Amino acid sequence: MAVVFKKSNMLTDVPFHYCPGCSHGIAHRLVAEALEEISAEGNVIGIAPVGCAVFAYNYFNCDMQQVAHGRAPAAATGAKRTHPEKIVFAYQGDGDLASIGTAEIIHAAARGENITVIFINNAIYGMTGGQMAPTTLIGQKSTTSQAGRNVALNGNPIRVCEMLATLDGPVYLERVALCDPQSVMKAKKATRKAFENQKSGKGFSLVEMLSTCPTNWGMTAVDSAAFVKNEMTKIFPLGVFKDI
Amino acid sequence: MKELMKGNEAIAEAAIRGGCRAFFGYPITPQNEIPEYMSVRMPAVGGCFIQAESEISAINMVYGAAATGVRTMTSSSSPGISLKQEGISYLCGAELPCVIVNMVRGGPGLGGIQPAQSDYFQTVKGGGHGDYKMLVYGPATVQEAVDLMYNAFDKADKYRLPVTILGDGMLGQIMEAVEMPEMKDLTKIPKKNWATDGTGVGENRRIINSLYIDPDVLESVNHRLFATYEMLKKDEILFEEYKLEDAEIIIVAYGTVARISKSAVEILRQRGIKAGLIRPITLFPFPSTVISTAAHKECVKCFLTVELSMGQMIEDVKLAVNGKKTTAFFGRVGGNVMLPEHIAEAAEQEVKKNGSCI
Repeated sequence: MAVVFKKSNMLTDVPFHYCPGCSHGIAHRLVAEALEEISAEGNVIGIAPVGCAVFAYNYFNCDMQQVAHGRAPAAATGAKRTHPEKIVFAYQGDGDLASIGTAEIIHAAARGENITVIFINNAIYGMTGGQMAPTTLIGQKSTTSQAGRNVALNGNPIRVCEMLATLDGPVYLERVALCDPQSVMKAKKATRKAFENQKSGKGFSLVEMLSTCPTNWGMTAVDSAAFVKNEMTKIFPLGVFKDI
Repeated sequence: MKELMKGNEAIAEAAIRGGCRAFFGYPITPQNEIPEYMSVRMPAVGGCFIQAESEISAINMVYGAAATGVRTMTSSSSPGISLKQEGISYLCGAELPCVIVNMVRGGPGLGGIQPAQSDYFQTVKGGGHGDYKMLVYGPATVQEAVDLMYNAFDKADKYRLPVTILGDGMLGQIMEAVEMPEMKDLTKIPKKNWATDGTGVGENRRIINSLYIDPDVLESVNHRLFATYEMLKKDEILFEEYKLEDAEIIIVAYGTVARISKSAVEILRQRGIKAGLIRPITLFPFPSTVISTAAHKECVKCFLTVELSMGQMIEDVKLAVNGKKTTAFFGRVGGNVMLPEHIAEAAEQEVKKNGSCI
């Protein structure tokens, strides 16, 4: 019988620990497929963040480093500069990248490090139990903004792609969503491009993936996907912010 | 052939000759000559130099590079080293070899830019979170700093841990004649099968990690780390003894202060006071046995610990002396440095208080 669909070679045979309806599984698959498609097997160093994806080191079929909260772009810099021929990627959530790790991501981007960053924006801290993130929407409830995020108290959400697009360093910045098959196919193309850029030595590429967190949003998987599509994209518009 | 070199630059060159091929740093006085020197020298040997956006990023760049098996280091001074503590804890947890140079300045807070030894606790007792130790050297001369730095990567690789060179502003800024060792042959360095160099796949893939959710697993990791530290205690303790045979008062001092203390020993002996010196070269593992052996000798009346701090290493000296003899302290702080005469006076007073053998 012909095989029409299979697990990517760049994923291990370990079951994901992610919650039902969470986008991390899709994002992992997109990264793994992109790595496979650019024939990177046996040539990859992945950097896992602190957050829900901390266990990413169990899932990607490549050498993996688990690093301190927010510091993935710095560790990726250390790995890439000493091994420029390897494909180095950092996989980070919104607390990791857009809160505690803002200095690291901005300066890795400003230096134009030839790395690929996958940024999972689900507008909440997942692993620690649903606290407010730098990307939490105004009015969105979290365990540390129980009446909803308030501008006067908490400020506005940070738009990472738009912010990084002001820098000369990055070559490719795109925001995609993981909320329906069509958007996932677009995310796939963006992910592959972000890795192809690195392979051809073009420089810093980041793909921001608007993602679901049904557990901490208190929604069903279906409602979560709708929230990404209908609410998150209003604040975080999809599109290409830089493509040099 | 000997050449005249500034401490910071000599340490940087010794690091390169010892195999360092990746340096990540951030400006802070009084260690700026290290990154400045590296920014020129690293590209010349095919290595990597980056001025990071912060001390935090610098130590995490070291993490990323060390995890791939490259010999890598950072340098800083006290406030910057405070910022690196999180990274140091992770490096220790993930068992990554690297070297950290701290040219200590006065604190707390922004403190000053003059020499101090007030980071002893931070470096030797921890500083970052969790149960860990590093191999810590306290060189007294530029030549000793060069020699310790030159072999520091071998030690870091052997035990899979960070090595810290704990200097002070004086050591960094002084110029002395040094004999620079030969460039190490990097092809002869033992292979690091654990390194995430990107070639891993399937069963051969490597994971660098410090997360152990299962308490039993983490406990076993903690015990494994401490088994390594026991090996350090067995094989890596370094110290210098000076005129201990008949000493009635023993000065304990490390780093540049030990040089001043040695002059004080001479002054005291000229005055008929039998003084000696124990100079720890490794601060962890601490040379407790030589101190405790001396404390048991009848002619030894007292110890005087001398530091550029309010009294930090003295706690380890007291643990080694274990109440057998009195242990006094003399220190200067704020970036001030004592003269040999000051130490001699403090020692003389202690001898009077504790009675003399003569």
